[in-house]
Amino acid sequence: MKTKTIAKILVPLAVLGASLRGQAQSDITGRISSAERPAIAVADMRGTGDAQRNMDTFNSTLWDELSNAGILKMVAKSVYPLEAPQRPQDFKPPTVPANARRGTPPVRNGPWLTDWSGPPVSANYLAFGYTAVQDNRLVLYGWLFNTGQQDVTSAQVIGKLYFGTLDADGAKKVARDFAADILQQFGAKSLAGTKIYFVSDRSGAKEIWSMDYDGSHQQRLTQYNSTSSMPAVSPDGKLFAFTTYAGGNPQIRVHSVETGRRMPFYNPVSSVVETPEFTPDGKQLLFATALNGWVQICVAGTDGSNFRRISNVRAIEVSPKVNPKTSSDMLFISGRGGRQQLWHMNLDGTDMQQFTTGEGDVANPSWSPSGQQIAFAWTRGYEPGNFNIFVMDVASRKPVQLTQGSGRNENPWWAPDGVHLVFTSKRGNSTQIYTMLSDGSNVQQLTTQGNNIQPVWANGVN
Amino acid sequence: MQMNQRTLSAAVFAVVLMMTVTACSKKVPAPAPALPPKAEVPPPPPPAARAARITNFGAEPRAIQRGQSATLTWSVANATDIAIDNGIGSVAADGTRQVFPTNTTTYTLTATSAGGNDTRSVTVEVTAPPAPPPPPPAAPKISGTDMFNREIASGGDALFDYDKSDIRDDARTVLTTDADALKRIFAADPSFSVVLEGHCDERGSAEYNLGLGDRRATAAKDFLVQLGVPADKIRTISYGKDRPVCTDATEACYQRNRRAHLAPAQ
Repeated sequence: MKTKTIAKILVPLAVLGASLRGQAQSDITGRISSAERPAIAVADMRGTGDAQRNMDTFNSTLWDELSNAGILKMVAKSVYPLEAPQRPQDFKPPTVPANARRGTPPVRNGPWLTDWSGPPVSANYLAFGYTAVQDNRLVLYGWLFNTGQQDVTSAQVIGKLYFGTLDADGAKKVARDFAADILQQFGAKSLAGTKIYFVSDRSGAKEIWSMDYDGSHQQRLTQYNSTSSMPAVSPDGKLFAFTTYAGGNPQIRVHSVETGRRMPFYNPVSSVVETPEFTPDGKQLLFATALNGWVQICVAGTDGSNFRRISNVRAIEVSPKVNPKTSSDMLFISGRGGRQQLWHMNLDGTDMQQFTTGEGDVANPSWSPSGQQIAFAWTRGYEPGNFNIFVMDVASRKPVQLTQGSGRNENPWWAPDGVHLVFTSKRGNSTQIYTMLSDGSNVQQLTTQGNNIQPVWANGVN
Repeated sequence: MQMNQRTLSAAVFAVVLMMTVTACSKKVPAPAPALPPKAEVPPPPPPAARAARITNFGAEPRAIQRGQSATLTWSVANATDIAIDNGIGSVAADGTRQVFPTNTTTYTLTATSAGGNDTRSVTVEVTAPPAPPPPPPAAPKISGTDMFNREIASGGDALFDYDKSDIRDDARTVLTTDADALKRIFAADPSFSVVLEGHCDERGSAEYNLGLGDRRATAAKDFLVQLGVPADKIRTISYGKDRPVCTDATEACYQRNRRAHLAPAQ
């Protein structure tokens, strides 16, 4: 299923931007086959009696959860040995005959760890187990083995029981619980509790909405029946800001996440007030507004007080994004060199640098939580308006293209785990929100109703 | 019978008259006992000094509207001291005084002498003035909105090149016509003003397009102002690509959306 989705994205690539493809492809390949990621095999599990009914759901959920975390190399099931263990005692250590000559291979007695550690599987880890019904509940006996060990006892990393209801929900739950335990072994950060804020027109007007990281619990947060867009969320998750035409002139409004109430914000009266963004300390808002005929970047308190200008050129400058690690440098989009490009400067205005090559148009910069990578939308290699998602290592400045296609891919935003990206894509008649790993794999669609744009992946309220 | 009745009536009348006069000239706690009817009342002995007597105290008119005046007129005899209350004070024996009461006011004239005092009061009624008549119906005025709809709304927008805010020759023609019309409209209806909206096609990012739409609105406004349209009658706003007039992915549609559009201010 997932491979098909990726294939769909990759197919148009063959036609479009062929020159670009070679470079981008090699970058992606390099990232996917990164030797740092442990390889894991996940044996298909079976259930005894009634427990078997939802095992397809269980197996696909377990696979997806592990795969979507983006920190493991998933070994395709097609290369697994036919005989998969269901419990540790299914492993039969090979024996060496007492009087064998040197060099005689050990005698195989049944399934063994080397079946998984050696080629073609070459997995570092194996997840296996089975389910059964106990006291009218589903119980999973789950194990994670390090296949590089010499014996069963030292190979075991996880050996645990998981309980759920005897239905599809229960099967999903035990699969997720097992996956969470496995991922914890590899230091995965959980996205549970994080929220994605976005703009949707499904109610008839553009309003601010939020949803859980997996697309569940989609709810509308504003009801201005105007155009409200460009959400930003404070680092503590307690405030969200956006721009709206509800008052006639465009204005920034700040709302409390917990109460939904509008907080005071003193706006400049202007033909443009847009792209609000909180500073990493949560005490100030950067935004763009028209000053002397040009939209420029400025900063103010979260109530609009102490307004002051940051940029001062005869060019359109928008989308200020402060480095979350240093708090002292920022990215922004500027037309000061011609086309709108990605620029970088210190907050005091020094060390001005253009980060993109000057080709095409750039939009929507987003910092990774580490401050070491940037994601953005770029039309390089395509017609105007045909944006694709790129990531760039700040140190090397080397751009890597993650999406390929003639449709629009925009608004990338880094997840708090530093591994995922959320973005928008127009595939068909409407624009929807998707997530993917920061190497471009594992694309998942989160929204379906209306058009959904400008996602912001934020920490939940603690 | 008839004679008898008339005689009786006259006698009763005389008694009542006497009692009334007594009551009027002197306040007494209780009515005096009735005197036996007499055919003739002997005149009282002449006093040592004559009592003060108010012969006349009146106000003209008795009722006024707030803001108007009334004139008090009085005439007093034999008084050594004459005063009117309500801030008027001592007055001459005969006189008039214009007063401007704001509320209904009772003026009391007090005349004093050794032989006896006399007081008399007059009340001036003050009424609130009636509401003024409604203003005369305004002369039929030319509405700026109507003129705008007739002369500008159908004239088309100023169009722009992709990612540009320069005023092209065709936009120059449109805006020059608009400027003439706007000057006429503002002269005819000084309360009227307009909004200049800047719009973009869908290809740029939403964020950059707000800036580009603002450039277009500003460029069009600057052009109109150069032609003599008052700058304070034009407010600019940028909608970027949020309010397209068409949504096809064709250059023809993109061109229609790259525009500066005039609309009446709300």
